[in-house]
Amino acid sequence: MATETGTAQEVVHQAAALADHLPMLVVLVPFVAAPLVVVLGSRGLAWWLAFVASVVSTVIAAALLARVFDGSVISYAIGGWAPPLGIEYRIDAANAFVLLLVAGISTVILPYAKVSVAAEVPKKNHTLFYAAYLLCFTGLLGVTATGDAFNVFVFLEISSLSTYVLVAQGSYRDKRAFTAAYDYLIMGTIGATFFVIGIGFLYMATGTLNMADIADRIAEQGSNRTVRAAFAFIVVGMGLKAAVYPLHLWLPGAYTRAPSAITAFLAGTATKVAIYVLLRFFFSVFQPGFTFTVNTLEIIVIPLAILAMFAASFIAIFQNDFKRMLAYSSIAQIGYILLGVGLLTATGLTAGIAHLFNHGITKATLFMGVGAIVLRVGGSWYDRIDGLGRTMPWTSAAIVLGGLSLIGVPGTAGFISKWLLVQAALEKGWWPIALLVVASSLLAVVYVWRVVEALYLRVPQGRAAEATDPPLMMLIPLGLAALACIWFGFDTRVTIGASQMAAEGLLAGSAGMLDSVGASSALPLGAGH
Amino acid sequence: MMHHHLILRVVTKLLVGTIILFALYVQFHGDFSPGGGFQAGVIMAVAFILYGIVFRLEKVQRVLPPWVVHKLMALGVLIYAGTGILSFFLGYNYLDYGAFSPDHPSHGQHWGILAVEFGVGVTVTGVMISIYYAFAARTPLIDDEAW
Amino acid sequence: MLEEFTWEFIVGHMNYWLFIVLMMTGLYVVVARGNLVKKIVGLNIFQVSVFMLYISIGKITGGTAPIFSTNLQGKIKLDPEIVYSNPLPHVLILTAIVVGVATTSLGLALIVRIREEYGTIEEQGILTIERDMVHEEERVHGEAMGGRG
Repeated sequence: MATETGTAQEVVHQAAALADHLPMLVVLVPFVAAPLVVVLGSRGLAWWLAFVASVVSTVIAAALLARVFDGSVISYAIGGWAPPLGIEYRIDAANAFVLLLVAGISTVILPYAKVSVAAEVPKKNHTLFYAAYLLCFTGLLGVTATGDAFNVFVFLEISSLSTYVLVAQGSYRDKRAFTAAYDYLIMGTIGATFFVIGIGFLYMATGTLNMADIADRIAEQGSNRTVRAAFAFIVVGMGLKAAVYPLHLWLPGAYTRAPSAITAFLAGTATKVAIYVLLRFFFSVFQPGFTFTVNTLEIIVIPLAILAMFAASFIAIFQNDFKRMLAYSSIAQIGYILLGVGLLTATGLTAGIAHLFNHGITKATLFMGVGAIVLRVGGSWYDRIDGLGRTMPWTSAAIVLGGLSLIGVPGTAGFISKWLLVQAALEKGWWPIALLVVASSLLAVVYVWRVVEALYLRVPQGRAAEATDPPLMMLIPLGLAALACIWFGFDTRVTIGASQMAAEGLLAGSAGMLDSVGASSALPLGAGH
Repeated sequence: MMHHHLILRVVTKLLVGTIILFALYVQFHGDFSPGGGFQAGVIMAVAFILYGIVFRLEKVQRVLPPWVVHKLMALGVLIYAGTGILSFFLGYNYLDYGAFSPDHPSHGQHWGILAVEFGVGVTVTGVMISIYYAFAARTPLIDDEAW
Repeated sequence: MLEEFTWEFIVGHMNYWLFIVLMMTGLYVVVARGNLVKKIVGLNIFQVSVFMLYISIGKITGGTAPIFSTNLQGKIKLDPEIVYSNPLPHVLILTAIVVGVATTSLGLALIVRIREEYGTIEEQGILTIERDMVHEEERVHGEAMGGRG
């Protein structure tokens, strides 16, 4: 049992420019906005505060990505305590990219949410609703930005607990939101607790919580039973949060019953952040050089990913509710991301990370489309959306664009990452896997076609006949998201560039991470061993 | 309801003040002895919850209305974050308490921890009381007498 | 591998055995019990087992509470003879306890609302009600979709 009884380390007092505080500010801004919303208690201000916080975070995330685009790493010591003793926020290409995804999706969705939430959640809840939203947002950003393993757990629970509350807000439309939120709470807590057990084992084995430092020490001592147990617990725990195939049971219910805006936000961000944490642990903390890491990826993750691609897609085909269909499709798409990761090559990892981003914006578009339909016709069953292509032309067009990106039609964001994925499989000589990717995309054609058929080839009836496109406040974010699906299908400089950078950084393992801690790990940390 | 529980009521009245005093001791002595915001917040909340249990919810809500409790929850977090922001505007890293006393950083540590723990204490008090309010304020589906 | 399991190893790791027993008990209760409140109880046992794991990690033989003793002037007396327990796992678990409290109260709040909406907190009863709701939806929408479903 390793214990840390070293003497307190020198505090690093540094007077810094505003630009140096960015890694902390990106999390701090929404974190301060949340209690401010409650203290002010004003319904109108709540939304504005949330929106401003989200915009500021997006700008900071973009600035951070620009600064680490060359492969550098920014480290920020909270409280001035130098890592590895203090809590460190560290930004490299991988997490700056995920930060931008989370903050960007939040900024696009908030204007949309204002109308959508007003229609789906009673007025008296709005203030606390936005406070919970901000906390969820803070949690997701914090998980991504931090370089401290236990801090990941804390932020994860901040975001999860507020997510359960937000999912339960769907109960005003359907009481099953309560049971969905309850199931999510049980499974999410089991996942988080598994994760924390894993962290405990890592601490036993290494005596530190800083991820880079853990990586360093595991590399030194090699694999042992404690480290392997930690790995297993962390993978299962995070797998639950990321809805990796057999651990996905909470997802369809939660996504279907949550308010539309929340579903769009979660689908674009929550599972993606969990996958980012998995990546971090697969590659940065436990080196890909260890046989247990490689074995887990090749023997467990790849088959499960392929199973997800087919099983979840099949289930999606037989759904009669548009929103529920998309939820199952999400599980299938998580399969693609993990498949790319499991290939363990630079191209595969690039494909996985690019798909993480592209699928995030695609699913956000589609779920926002569903929300617009729910606003106008009160439901998203296929018989309700019949003929909406005529009465809600813009919404339907956005849904079709999102659908094309979901399938991976050339010229859309989905195509780019799926193409990379096929390439990665071929590079490794695993052509059956490449075929499977194509085959499962055909299943996506089937389930997207069912929607297109209903939208365009049917005659609108009932409320659908009088429906109109939603207010501009909703339509513009929806349109922006749909255009992003196309834009990132042509302009791949940011997505592929950042994904490549991130993949290289991750594959370099702890070597990449240690560069910047180099200075601090020279400090007399192990004095009391 | 509780009119005949004379001893209970008298003892509670005596205890509430002591509990609050103990909470403040745990709160502000936390950097010399075991204690701090979490523990103090829970002890503080216990005083109000005990009062609420013995003298009914309405009585304690006259002392501490639910809206005040809600604000307290958020206010504590703001005190915590505000301490960090202050150090950040003084040119130090977020939550670097050295900022409050540049010439003598360990004094800064004392002040910073006091402020942060005060924030934690306020929030924990608020959260605990509001959890109690949230559950106790619901009309029971089964009457107390039916048990 | 078996020779590791000496009597001293088994007794010396008592906390860790209990951690495993508690963890599995908690998980079993979550999975096997149909009553929603009992599931939360199971979840609590599961979480508490982790608290125990962490606190055990921090224990050092002969270690005392990690507080420096001070004399009357408030000066810290450092005695190199005294061994202190590792405080870090305790601090971590304080955070996890708070998370546990939040999870429990949120779970119970959800159960209160489920009880109000469904009239039961037994999983079986809730599933029956939800299945009926799904059948009803399938019937209504299935007719409207005319065999596409």
